[in-house]
Amino acid sequence: MGRRAVALAIPFVLLAVLAVVPTLPLNIPVVFAGPLDSPGTLGLLALCLLFAGIALTYDLLFGFTGLLSFGHALYFAIGVYVMAIALTRWEWSLWQAVAITAAVGIVVPLLLGAVSLRVGGIAFAMVTLAFAQAGQVLVQKNPDGLTGGEEGLGLNSDPLPDFFVGVLNAKYLYWLALGYAAFVFLVVRFAVSSSPGHVWQAIRENERRVEVIGLRPFGFKLIAFVLASFLATLGGIVWLIVVGTGASPQVTTANFTLTLLVMVVIGGAGTRYGALLGGFLYTLLDLRLGSFAGSAQVQDLPTVIRTPLSEPLFILGTLFILLVFFVPGGLAGFGRRLRVLRRSAGLNRGGLNGAQP
Amino acid sequence: MSTFILLTITGLGLGAMYFLIASGLSLIYGLMGVLNFAHGAFLTVGAYATWWTSTHVGGGPGTKLLVGAIVGLAVGALLAALVELVLIRPLYERHIEQVLVTVGLALVLGALVEAIWGFDARQFPVPDWLIDTTTIFGANIPNDRFLEIATAVLVFLGLTAFLRYTRYGLIVRAGVENRAMVTALGIDVRKSFTLVFAIGGLAAALAGVLSGVYFGAVDPGRGTSLLIFAFIVVVIGGFGSIGGTAIAAVVVGLVQQYANYYASSGLGDLAVVLLLALVLLARPGGLAPKVAH
Repeated sequence: MGRRAVALAIPFVLLAVLAVVPTLPLNIPVVFAGPLDSPGTLGLLALCLLFAGIALTYDLLFGFTGLLSFGHALYFAIGVYVMAIALTRWEWSLWQAVAITAAVGIVVPLLLGAVSLRVGGIAFAMVTLAFAQAGQVLVQKNPDGLTGGEEGLGLNSDPLPDFFVGVLNAKYLYWLALGYAAFVFLVVRFAVSSSPGHVWQAIRENERRVEVIGLRPFGFKLIAFVLASFLATLGGIVWLIVVGTGASPQVTTANFTLTLLVMVVIGGAGTRYGALLGGFLYTLLDLRLGSFAGSAQVQDLPTVIRTPLSEPLFILGTLFILLVFFVPGGLAGFGRRLRVLRRSAGLNRGGLNGAQP
Repeated sequence: MSTFILLTITGLGLGAMYFLIASGLSLIYGLMGVLNFAHGAFLTVGAYATWWTSTHVGGGPGTKLLVGAIVGLAVGALLAALVELVLIRPLYERHIEQVLVTVGLALVLGALVEAIWGFDARQFPVPDWLIDTTTIFGANIPNDRFLEIATAVLVFLGLTAFLRYTRYGLIVRAGVENRAMVTALGIDVRKSFTLVFAIGGLAAALAGVLSGVYFGAVDPGRGTSLLIFAFIVVVIGGFGSIGGTAIAAVVVGLVQQYANYYASSGLGDLAVVLLLALVLLARPGGLAPKVAH
């Protein structure tokens, strides 16, 4: 089998393996609290897969196009809130709600992207941050009692199909999240290798040069911005269904965008597998470190060490800083480096024996 | 009329805090190209250091606040200088990595403050004479507003004098304009990097103390929420310009207060974002050109 065929087969094998996880009664101690097919573990894994997909939508902006946005949370929150409002407040059917959410998820990034892409670099980062802040304020202001303000908005699950409701159906929610991650992966893979995709990467490398060739980066950046935002909006819809309890103002905060950035950088910006891995690992650590902090070993430590360890964000942030310093390119870059090392070692051996590899 | 005066002076007080945060951000960005996300954390840490010290010294609320503020400012400046030396300097000229490190640091410091002191707001020691009101043209204005405005004006004058009349200020100004040339002339710009960071941390901690007085308490989220408006001020004011930052801070503070009162509560924040969008559409470079004066 050729190298290309292997590269093509990897995502399908991975997908197949992940798809059968809900049927495996395996026990993985320390990492998970229960066996793989238990509802608790499946719910946890569903969130990990979902955030793997969402991290990849952010990577499309940051890693592939070089747009450092601090407002990606806004588009995720649009998915969560518009969907919740349509289902709960207006009592629309599932498909009507998805349709309106998708429409808002295209129009809003088109408008805001057109304004914020007038500036580049750091100014762009700050402007996207400001727009996301406006979204957060809007949610907290609770216009007409639509968003539920600080309290959040409960979810009316009647319009949802029965198999997406309830703890016992965790495996369907798991498959939904897996489907989302796979969908984002396919779209990003297709988009990045299309001809606008090549322009995105050229913009990331050197925007001035793209202009000199005679292309206008603005339109291409806007396409990337709208596509990434739209995919994040779909992620918001999936999140709402997977979590099942309703919208929470937490998803509108600037910190939410920052965690997406952390996920992508941990995994490796500008790589599809890296972003997926980063999103998956970050979510897993974020959700499981809490129980680690509550464990007996940590409780016995002196207060000076125990207090910081009780905050998952402290550990993740420190890990993040260390990675930025010592492993540029994230986990994906780490893997690439290992491969290069192994290859050079192999070449040396081949040279000694006089045999061709 | 009295409402208008109250709103104006409150808006100026708010603008004063924005200026204190934004001036440091703006100088750091103008000189080093570093967008410092940890600036809000400097504010939070400074405010918490002030509060913590004030609970450990005797005397009235005035003494507590004064001693606390001195410690808080020192902590803010030291922390900022340390961050520059340990985390920013090794990543010299790698702007994206520098931003990422400050993002990580903001998360770490925020989590640390939450882990040690919890999510709940902590009461700040505020002496009575700051809570009392002064009547101006029939408007009862809490005295702390004057403290905020006076402090910001002093910092503005001090910074301007520093930039204009001292040798280090000259290097900073020259560095903002053309860092490569300053280095080529044999001047070590990096020393002024640490200095600018320390000044920024000091100003941010000062904003933290004043915000503690303004709101009467400090909570872990304070830094982040003020930082976002400081970012808006920096973009509107144009990077690296202290004068532009001051004008933008006043405009943002006033717009926020007026919109909150005359339009609808909570609309002030949205009005500020709208203002930012308008400024960007009209003048993508901000109000002032990139010159530190």
